[in-house]
Amino acid sequence: MPILSKEQTQALMQKVLSYSKADECEVNLNGSDNGNIRYARNSVSTSGGISQNSLVVSSAFGKKLGVATINEFDDESLKKVVARSEELARLAPENPEYVPFMGPQTYKESPTFVQSTAAMTPKDRADAVAESLKISKDNKLTAAGFLENSTGYAAMMNSKGLFAYNTATNVNFNVTLRTDDGKGSGYATKAFNDFSQLDVKSATKTAADKATRSVTAKAIEPGKYTVILEPAAALVLLENMFFGMDARQADEGRSFMSKPGGATKLGEKLVDERVNIYSDPFNAQVPTSTWSGDGRSQEKVQWIDKGVIKNLYASRYWAQKKGIKAIPSPDAIIMEGTNSSLEEMIKSTEKGILVTRLWYIRTVDPQTVLLTGLTRDGTFYIENGQIKFPIKNFRFNESPVIMLNNLEALGKPERTVSGESGLNALIPPMKIRDFTFSSLSDAV
Amino acid sequence: MKRRDFIYLSGIGAGAAMLQNIPVFGRDISMEEALMPVDTALKKRMADVALNAARSKGATYADVRIGRYLNQFITTREKQVENISNTESYGMGIRVIANGSWGFAAIDKLDDDNIARAAGVAVQIAKVNSKLLTEPVRLAPQKGYGEVSWKSPIEKNAFEVPIKEKTDLLLAVNDAALKGGATFVNSSLFLVNEQKYFASTEGSYIDQDIHRLWPTFTVTKTDAKTGKFETRNALSSPMGMGYEYLIPKKEEEIKSVDILYKNRYNMVEDATTAARQVDEKLKSKPVEPGKYDLVIDPTNLFLTIHESVGHPTELDRVLGYEANYAGTSFLTLDKWESKKFNFGSKLVNFEADKTQKHSLAAVGYDDEGVKCKNWDIIKDGVLVSYQTIRDQAHILNLPESQGCCYADSWSSVQFQRMPNVSLKPGKTPLSVNEMIKNVEKGIYILGRNSYSIDQQRYNFQFSGQLCYEINKGEIGGLLKGVAYQSNTQEFWNSCSAICDEKDYRVGGSFFDGKGQPSQVSAVSHGCSTTRFNGINVINTARKI
Repeated sequence: MPILSKEQTQALMQKVLSYSKADECEVNLNGSDNGNIRYARNSVSTSGGISQNSLVVSSAFGKKLGVATINEFDDESLKKVVARSEELARLAPENPEYVPFMGPQTYKESPTFVQSTAAMTPKDRADAVAESLKISKDNKLTAAGFLENSTGYAAMMNSKGLFAYNTATNVNFNVTLRTDDGKGSGYATKAFNDFSQLDVKSATKTAADKATRSVTAKAIEPGKYTVILEPAAALVLLENMFFGMDARQADEGRSFMSKPGGATKLGEKLVDERVNIYSDPFNAQVPTSTWSGDGRSQEKVQWIDKGVIKNLYASRYWAQKKGIKAIPSPDAIIMEGTNSSLEEMIKSTEKGILVTRLWYIRTVDPQTVLLTGLTRDGTFYIENGQIKFPIKNFRFNESPVIMLNNLEALGKPERTVSGESGLNALIPPMKIRDFTFSSLSDAV
Repeated sequence: MKRRDFIYLSGIGAGAAMLQNIPVFGRDISMEEALMPVDTALKKRMADVALNAARSKGATYADVRIGRYLNQFITTREKQVENISNTESYGMGIRVIANGSWGFAAIDKLDDDNIARAAGVAVQIAKVNSKLLTEPVRLAPQKGYGEVSWKSPIEKNAFEVPIKEKTDLLLAVNDAALKGGATFVNSSLFLVNEQKYFASTEGSYIDQDIHRLWPTFTVTKTDAKTGKFETRNALSSPMGMGYEYLIPKKEEEIKSVDILYKNRYNMVEDATTAARQVDEKLKSKPVEPGKYDLVIDPTNLFLTIHESVGHPTELDRVLGYEANYAGTSFLTLDKWESKKFNFGSKLVNFEADKTQKHSLAAVGYDDEGVKCKNWDIIKDGVLVSYQTIRDQAHILNLPESQGCCYADSWSSVQFQRMPNVSLKPGKTPLSVNEMIKNVEKGIYILGRNSYSIDQQRYNFQFSGQLCYEINKGEIGGLLKGVAYQSNTQEFWNSCSAICDEKDYRVGGSFFDGKGQPSQVSAVSHGCSTTRFNGINVINTARKI
C-alpha cells in the first residue's frame, strides 16, 4: 500500500470513528515502505523490500480500555476492529491509572520527510554499495555493510477532536572494513532524513583508513585513561542516562535520579557545567515528529542545562498525580559542543585513547548507571597530540554520570545513530579523563 | 515481535519510556479468531502463486513463508493489570535466487496480483544485486518432503486458558512479593504462537504450529533512607511449552539454597522467595575482588553458554557475514580443520539440538525446509563442528544443511540462527551439594543479570541475581557487586566438574539479536550446575 496522504488518513479515520459506540475512541494509523541491502565478504548478501500498515483502535468505557489492531481497511474490517476493541474494553479490568484521551491540539510541522529518500530504488541502493565495495577492494580490504531507507507515515485521530499526521524518511548506512589477515578493522556510521546528504564514499574511506591503521595493535595495561569518544561511541553510553530520566522511576526511589530520603535530583547539578542537553523536533539536522504516540506535543525541552537536571519526562498519569508537566520522552537528543574538530581534540591531547565504537553495552548497576562493554573497530593510542599506534581492545566499566563529571573537552556535534538502540542524536566527540578500562580483549 | 516492541509493550527496561512512539506491529485479535488456523489448502494455493511467479520471472530457486504470528502479553504491577494485548501479524515473505543472487520481498496484502508483484520485486532485487556478486549462491541439496506438518508437543495451549486465570496468577505473584516485604513488583506473561507455512520450488509444503511462553517478574525493594534499591528477577525460563509449565510439580523441583525449577515452575513460590532475597541483597556485604572458584547454576550458565559457545560457532559469523554488526568469531575455520583446537577441558561436550523437548528452538523443519536434527559442536573439549544452513553446508563439506535457518517474521528474510546448544551433564554422579563441599573459596551464582561479550567472543563479563559466598565448602551469605570476567577458552578450560543429569535444566532467551535489519530468535541452552576454577571476580560498586 502506498504512503497515505493527510487527507486519506483523515477520511479513513473519520470512518472508523463513525462506527464507535464507546465513551471515547482513538485511532492510530501508520505504515511504511522499507528497502535494504546488506553486504559482507566484499559481496552483496541479503536485501529486500518490506511494506506494512497497521490501524490501532482504542475504545474506552469509563476507566476500562480495549485495544484492537487490524491491517485490512475495507468497511467490514473497520467495523470489526472497532467492535473488537469495544468488546475488549468491556472485558478489561478497570485501570485506576487510566487518563482520558486528549482534546484537539495544534502541531507545527517539522522537516522529517525528504522526497529524495522516498524515491530511492533497489538500483540506488546497489549503486551506493558498489561505490563502497570499490573502495574496499582498491584498498585490499574486506567490507561488510548495511544500507537501509524507509518512508513512513503516522496519523492519529480521536473522538475528542484530536488529529495529528506526520511523514518521515530515513536512511541509515554503516560499514565495517577489515584487513584480510583479520588484524585490522574500521567502522563508520551515518544517518540522515535526506539520502542526498549521505556520502557513502567518504564514510567507507573513513572505515578503510581505520582498518588499515589498526593492524599490529599493541596491548597496553587496563586502567584509567583519558579517552576521546567519537560521537557514535559517546551516544551508546549517554543514551542509558537519558533512558533513566523518567519522573516516576525517580520518585519511586529506583533510579539513579533518586536521592536518599525520597527526593530526586531534579534541579541539582549532576554533571560538568559545560554539559547542555536538549531535544528539539525542529532541529534541521535531526528533525523528529512534533507529536508523541499518545498525542502530546513534542516541543523543545532542555533536559540538562549547565550540568543541572532541568526536566524529567513523565506519563500523563504520573504528571497528573504529581501536579507536574507531562513531558513526553524525546525521539532524538541534542548535546551542545564547540567548534573543535576531532583532529584538534587529538592535537591537544598529551596522552589518551581514541575510541571509534563501543559495543555490547549493558547496565551492571542501575543505581549508578554503571555500564560495561568493549571498544571495537579502531582504538588508537594518542601521545603528544598525535595518533601513535593502534591498541588492543578493552572492556570498560564506567558510568555516563561519572564520565560527564570527568569532562575535559567537547568537539563539534554531528548526527549519529546508536548502534545499540537505533536512537538518533546530534552529539559532539568528547574528551573524558579517568575513563575506566577493566580488562583486555583479544577481539579485532 | 521485535525485542523493542516487547520492551514497549511490557514497560520493562530502562529504555521503555524512550521508545514509547514505536508502533507495535501486529494486530490485536479475539481469541476465537486466534485459535482458528488459516486453511492449509488456501496457503498452498497462495504459495504456488508466489513460486510460479518467481520462476516465470527468472528465479532458479524460490521459497515462500506464509506466517501468522500470534502473541498474547499480560503485564501487571503491584495490584493492577497494566496491559492485556492479543496481537496478530499475518503476511508473506518470498525469497528467490536469480542470477545466482538472493532477493527478498514481503507483503501483508495477500491477493494473487500483489503476491505475483512481490515475487517480481524479489527477482528484480536479486538481479540488480547480482552485479555485485563475487560468487553465486550454492545451495546444499535438499529433497522436497511433499505436504507435511509439525506441532510443538504442548499439553495445555496457553492461548486457550481464560484471561482471568492468567491475570489471577500474576496478581497472586505480586501479592506474594508485597506480603514478603517488596516495595514494587512487576510481573508478566508472554505467549507466542508461530503458525508457519513453508513452500519451496524443491517440492516441500510444510505446515507448523509452534508454541512458547515466558512468565517472569521483577521484585524491587527500596530503602528510602539510604536511597538504595535492589531487584531480584524470576528464576523462571522461557520455554517451548504450553501452560503446563506454570502448573507446579514436586518432582520437577530441585532443592538448593532455595527451591529451583526444571520443566515446571511455581511462580508464586519463587516470588515469595524473591521478596526475602531482595531484602537480603540490600543488606549483603560487598565482594572482595579476586580469583574464586565459581559454582554456576543453569539459570546463570545458560547465558554464558549462549554468548561464549552458541555465538562463536555460528558459521555465518565465522565467515564474516556479521562483521558489521554482531561481529565475527575467534573460532576460525583453521581451528576446526586442525581437529585439535582445545576449546575447553576434557569434561566439556556441547551438542546442538533442534529437536530437544521443551526447548525454544525446537521445530520440525527450519525456515528453508530442512528437517531438524542434533549434532556435536564441542567433543571432549575439541571444536568439531559449527551451525550451518543450506548455502553454507559446502564450506564444511557437509552433504546437507544442519537446519539452522530462521526468520523472526514473515517480513524478515531467513538466515542462520542458533540451534539449542547445550552442555552435556557429567557422567559420574555428582550433586550440587557435593560439588560445593569441595570448594575452598568460591561463589555460587544463580539467575541471569548483566551480560556482555566482545564481537569475536573472547572477553566476557557476567553477573547474577544471587551470588552466595562459599567458604571452606559451606555456603555463606549473599555478596554484592559480583561480576565474573574471563576469556572464553580459558573459562571452559577451567571447567573442573559438572553435576550429573539429575540437575540438568534448560534456560533460554526470547530475544537473541542478530542481523541487519535486526532480528530476534528464541533459543534454549541446557546444562547442569558446573564448577570453574580460579575465575576473576570484580566488584562493580561505584559512587556517583
